[in-house]
Amino acid sequence: MNPSPVIEVCGLAKEFTIHAQGGLRIPVFSGLSLAVSAGECVALHGPSGCGKSTLLRALYANYQADSGRILIQHRGGLVDMVAAEPRVVLAVRRHTLGYVSQFLRVIPRIAALDVVAEPAVRNGIARDQARERAAALLARLRIPQRLWHLPPATFSGGEQQRVNIARGFILDYPALLLDEPTAALDVDNRDTVAQLIEEAKARGTALVGIFHDQALRERVSDRVFDLESARTIV
Amino acid sequence: MSDGLSGYNFAYLDEQTKRMIRRALLKAVAIPGYQVPFAGREMPLPYGWGTGGIQVTAAVIAPGDVLKVIDQGADDTTNAVSIRRFFSRTAGVATTTRTADATLIQTRHRIPERPLTEAQIIVYQVPIPEPLRWMEPRESETKKMHALLEYGVMQVKLYEDIAHLGRITTSYDYPVRVNGHYIMSPSPIPRFDNPKMNQMAALQLFGAGREKRIYAVPPYTRVESLDFDDYPFEIQRWDQHCALCGASDSYLDEMVTDDHGGRLFICSDTDYCGERRAAGHRGDTDLPANPAPRTAP
Amino acid sequence: MIATLADDPANGATNGDIPLLQVRDLGHSYGSRIGCRDITFDLYPSEVLGIVGESGSGKTTLLSCLSGRLPLSQGTIHYDTRTQGLVDLAALSEAQRRLLTRTDWGIVHQSPRDGLRMAVSAGANIGERLMAVGARHYGQIRDTARDWLQRVEIQPDRIDDLPSTFSGGMQQRLQIARNLVTGPRLMFMDEPTGGLDVSVQARLLDLLRGLVDDMNLSVVLVTHDLAVARLLAHRLMVMQGGVVVESGLTDQVLDDPHHPYTQLLVSSVLQV
Repeated sequence: MNPSPVIEVCGLAKEFTIHAQGGLRIPVFSGLSLAVSAGECVALHGPSGCGKSTLLRALYANYQADSGRILIQHRGGLVDMVAAEPRVVLAVRRHTLGYVSQFLRVIPRIAALDVVAEPAVRNGIARDQARERAAALLARLRIPQRLWHLPPATFSGGEQQRVNIARGFILDYPALLLDEPTAALDVDNRDTVAQLIEEAKARGTALVGIFHDQALRERVSDRVFDLESARTIV
Repeated sequence: MSDGLSGYNFAYLDEQTKRMIRRALLKAVAIPGYQVPFAGREMPLPYGWGTGGIQVTAAVIAPGDVLKVIDQGADDTTNAVSIRRFFSRTAGVATTTRTADATLIQTRHRIPERPLTEAQIIVYQVPIPEPLRWMEPRESETKKMHALLEYGVMQVKLYEDIAHLGRITTSYDYPVRVNGHYIMSPSPIPRFDNPKMNQMAALQLFGAGREKRIYAVPPYTRVESLDFDDYPFEIQRWDQHCALCGASDSYLDEMVTDDHGGRLFICSDTDYCGERRAAGHRGDTDLPANPAPRTAP
Repeated sequence: MIATLADDPANGATNGDIPLLQVRDLGHSYGSRIGCRDITFDLYPSEVLGIVGESGSGKTTLLSCLSGRLPLSQGTIHYDTRTQGLVDLAALSEAQRRLLTRTDWGIVHQSPRDGLRMAVSAGANIGERLMAVGARHYGQIRDTARDWLQRVEIQPDRIDDLPSTFSGGMQQRLQIARNLVTGPRLMFMDEPTGGLDVSVQARLLDLLRGLVDDMNLSVVLVTHDLAVARLLAHRLMVMQGGVVVESGLTDQVLDDPHHPYTQLLVSSVLQV
């Protein structure tokens, strides 16, 4: 086991202030701590609205935490995603921290194959090689070949989600965040996603995920992090 | 030499005005190709008829000068005749049509074929002194472009010629670079005459009356015509020789001789043509007319 | 594999540790009226900074100050030049500044008419910057112009056509080519997709994304369109009343806005 965690969260707090409603404050969590080691998969748990997605987004620095630290092992050093400059955060996302969201943000005019290949190309992998890798993943996730060269805007929800998953797994990130990756998928594809996660774990990827699918959760996660108890404990 | 018209100062302009113009001329000579503003006066002829050239001539002419005035190469056109008479009456100077005899030559649209000498001054009439005006309408901006030698746009103009017509077709007022620095309008002389400006022995002065600008090229100064490496500058050439004197090295004008398509090509420089004929050269006036001037490939 | 990627200097965060542009306390006043004030930021190589805000928020004033088209009333701008390193732009002579503007910088105006010479051909528009820095070989200038027309998805055989015969989207792409031909490092863009049809806009955005990546361009992008900002900008500055009210990573600012004005701006976007 890797001695120091890949992802380490210390005393994290997040609340939203809605100015349109007279500065209404919505606290989500506070004093939250969590460590994830290489090769480990942690499933976030708790009732709807307890802040699972918010935590995941805060880990990706998509949401700005109010206090606390999120330390990510990045290129031999530690980066605090709460305090890091935007360009450092982008470098962490590019090289170290992957994220599979629930919904695909469609980029106009770009073919599915290139949407998937893009993170690899941005990381300096030759376009042809990146496309090969993207094609292999799309095939594995059962996206019909005739769709590869079309922009995913018109794809079904399930197809879009699989394109999104392929995009998330095109690179072997040291850390990966998964937000309900199998919500709209059939049994076969769920199995493929489970395999992809297991392969990532075997490579030493640290994973944090939200899995509503209990079977998947039990299959891939090493432990469950309960947000309800985590925030009441502090 | 007569005393000139009574009631007028020598050469029409008052002495203070001439000094003002001479100061501008000195500055222009000191900064070759640079347009010097001057307080141009109203002259007794309309703008566009040579008001700038006349003021420059008036400022430099001296009682001993011999004046020649040409318009499109000819001494006998209306404009040339009236300007010559103007100085003959207001300055009482001698006039001539012979290039060799003149000490001062005022010209519109030509440089004489006979090479000028150190003892001569040539004054050009300039309608639009600003060569960048075609691309940039703002005076404040063209001044800045000259100051910073930002001359890319001049090349754009020549580029457009080649792109649309296969060669540089700008045939008169072809922009030049003076002394490796300022880009200058040579006035609407044919580009045939551009090479004559380079290292010319005579002092070249330019006057623009409407725009009130004076500029100059001192003797023996480098004057280069703009071009591209793969489309070098070249002068116009003709298949014909002068129908009157047989010259093959002068700028030819095309003359329509009848209503049946009959044409003649003759020297634009009437003095040059006349001198050659006096020396016994003859052209073939029966030469059938051929197509218009063309540029050698 | 990760290790080889991380070692690639062209793709990591380790390159560009020196900002290309350093802006400190910048401000411009129109008489007693404030255009923008107290603007401070660093722009790093290959970074796209979006400036968003509504009309009158000062974003165009800021862009004009940055690109040297408006004098500063306060503050400084330093630029990392190729030859002299970091210099105070105010200390450069006008000649140096103008040379910088037409070689190392580019400006894309909202209206192509402000950025193109409408009276000369597309090829001349692209070639002008080359000729301005001394290109004197017609054939080579044309080859470069054709190449750039292709890169911005304009048929190379349109090279001798006037920009006025082009559609709005083509004119905008021509304006981009005209700027990029000298290989600039910094581009200023003022609403580059404004006034274009949505489908034309998408094509232009796609093209811009590719060019920014391929050429490692740094861009200051002014837009009121948050979707454009999300697609192109790495980070955002939100302006209101001449000052920056919020700044940060693009998706953070748009997905988790903190300032009341940013929240209003984000919640005002129509969903399709």
